[in-house]
Amino acid sequence: MDVMPKWAEVILVPFISLLLAAFISGLVVFAIADVPDSAITMMDRIGARLDFVWGAAKLMVNGALGSTYGWGYTLYYATNFMFTGLAVAIAFHARLFNIGGEGQAMLGGLGVAIACLYIPWPHWSVALIGAAAMAGLFGAVWAAIPAWLQVKRGSHIVITTIMFNFIAASLLNYLLVNLMRPKGSMDPATAHFREATNLPTLHDLLAPFGIAFSKSAPANVSLLVAIAACFALWLLIWRTRLGFEIRSYGESESGAKYAGISPFKITMIAMIISGALAGMMAINNVMGEAERLVLNATEGAGFIGIAVALMGRSHPLGVFIAAILFGFLYQGGAELALWTSIPRELIVVIQALVILFTGALDNMVRMPLERMFLALRRNKAAGAN
Amino acid sequence: MDYMTLIQLLDSSVRLATPLLLACLAGLFSERAGIFDIGLEGKMLAAAFFSAALASVTGSVWLGLLAGIGASLMLSALHGVASITFRGNQLISGVAINFLAAGMTVLIAQDWFKQGGRTPSLTGDARFEGITLPGADAMANVPIIGPLYSELISGHSILVYMALAAVPLTWWLLYRTRFGLRLRAVGENPAAVDTAGVSVIGLRYAAVAICGILCGIAGAYLSTALQAGFVKDMSAGRGFIALAALIFAKWRPWYALWATLLFGLFGALETRPDVIESVIGMKVQGQLLGALPYLMTVIILAGFVGKAIPPRAGGEPYVKER
Repeated sequence: MDVMPKWAEVILVPFISLLLAAFISGLVVFAIADVPDSAITMMDRIGARLDFVWGAAKLMVNGALGSTYGWGYTLYYATNFMFTGLAVAIAFHARLFNIGGEGQAMLGGLGVAIACLYIPWPHWSVALIGAAAMAGLFGAVWAAIPAWLQVKRGSHIVITTIMFNFIAASLLNYLLVNLMRPKGSMDPATAHFREATNLPTLHDLLAPFGIAFSKSAPANVSLLVAIAACFALWLLIWRTRLGFEIRSYGESESGAKYAGISPFKITMIAMIISGALAGMMAINNVMGEAERLVLNATEGAGFIGIAVALMGRSHPLGVFIAAILFGFLYQGGAELALWTSIPRELIVVIQALVILFTGALDNMVRMPLERMFLALRRNKAAGAN
Repeated sequence: MDYMTLIQLLDSSVRLATPLLLACLAGLFSERAGIFDIGLEGKMLAAAFFSAALASVTGSVWLGLLAGIGASLMLSALHGVASITFRGNQLISGVAINFLAAGMTVLIAQDWFKQGGRTPSLTGDARFEGITLPGADAMANVPIIGPLYSELISGHSILVYMALAAVPLTWWLLYRTRFGLRLRAVGENPAAVDTAGVSVIGLRYAAVAICGILCGIAGAYLSTALQAGFVKDMSAGRGFIALAALIFAKWRPWYALWATLLFGLFGALETRPDVIESVIGMKVQGQLLGALPYLMTVIILAGFVGKAIPPRAGGEPYVKER
């Protein structure tokens, strides 16, 4: 029998972890708050700092959720994080830590750029399918090599995927500076993609329904692809034989082997799906937003996938919710940096705290809760006698 | 390529290798005790900021160094609590530490100095200056040996010599002391160490603390000796190159020295494309040189050239009752 009821495992533990992360983030903002010179006494200063924290929180909520423009950015970031979060989550199910989402997403961007620049697509819908396939393929290859090295040569997948992030960055740097840059351009980026490959934004999609959505926000049709990916991954993990095999392998490698599940097959498939998902992020940021491939197009989204997957407990629905929360943090943090003295790096700190509390310090939250539930149950048993 | 260019190239290799060497030895202690540490990067970055910040405020680089070590130790303690006490995932803890350092250094730098996430430039006593070894000036004009001694061996900051001295010291500590034997044992078979009545937790915390101190020195070197002040993300992946060097060195101290010197040479060559061109007669892309340490690590790790076998209990939290 489990120590904790399921609702506590699924909701209470992440919620408390998140609360801890939010509390410490608040403390950080409190510590670096701007205090007006008029505040002299200790109480005044504390009051001013608390006001600042409250104001910062309000600014973030308003900036990210207060307008369709804000929502457009929040959902745009969330789309990135859904892809990378799902990528980390599927690998977690096979007890693999894919830290290379960043590199895989970079390679996905390369795939999108090649598809959009060199193939004359007639319409954005076919271009989207083609580009997504290329992005997925490139990302999958970049993840398959470390997977193969792990099963066949015994290299640690975490180290190899870290190395592959750096190799991907060097490769893209080389390609953009030396090969793919249009003649005469100083900017290390490809040419703009043709009009036919430009994806419709939420503004374009919602206008026929009479819903006014900000025209300048970058959220686009990739959001729907990301949501579909969440659903597809849920089906795969919990409703198919392959998903069952992946989960069994993650639970117990020796047990899975005994049941005739091939570690080679599961590692390869889980990492290929993972890499393909991370790579497909590029249809959002490269094809949907920038409409060309620039240096550092991923902006760390591959790493945020780790936080998203941890917070979402590797469940596609959890990943979906966590991705939107991180989208909110990203857009809110950008607004905060625009209007106050707080740098954008606040988001990096929050991200670190989320990874710390929902990931590394999971047991710190879990152990006291487990003890509490055990005590409750013992009391109940004693009462029944 | 003439002799002086070679000396200059090796000189800058040594400078660039020093932070890698310190971080590599830091990782060596931690991983030999069974605690994976991908947070070397973050610890270096935090130390770089706090050293530069304190050196700039107090004007004393030694206080800066202490502050850097202190900051790095704090992060080590966090890693220890997460991965030893609460038996969390060591890799995830390392990732969190890297992000924590990347974010907090900029937030605090902006709050304290308001210069866009950097510290003021350090001058005079707030920096580690190069030390001229005795007789270096007198020997400078002796052919061959003169430049070798006065340019390459002499003239580095004290931290460079400390890093070099740390190599035999680490070797001695690991292979010639009781502490070292136990430390290596705890990374291979913690249950055996526990059976012998030695505290696994104590040893692992000690290893993580040594790792913190060495990362602290590495970070202080970045901001107070290699450069004059802290800038955002100044560790620039060095923690990961050190990790690569550690695998390349197969978790051994002397190999760590050669591996980091080699990676330092790659770094030095990256800034001197003319030298490569004149030596091998063709152009080598800077990006390729930058990626070489990572590529070589992948190849070594895959066992295509030699075999790198990590400590057996690495990454596994020790559970006594099992």
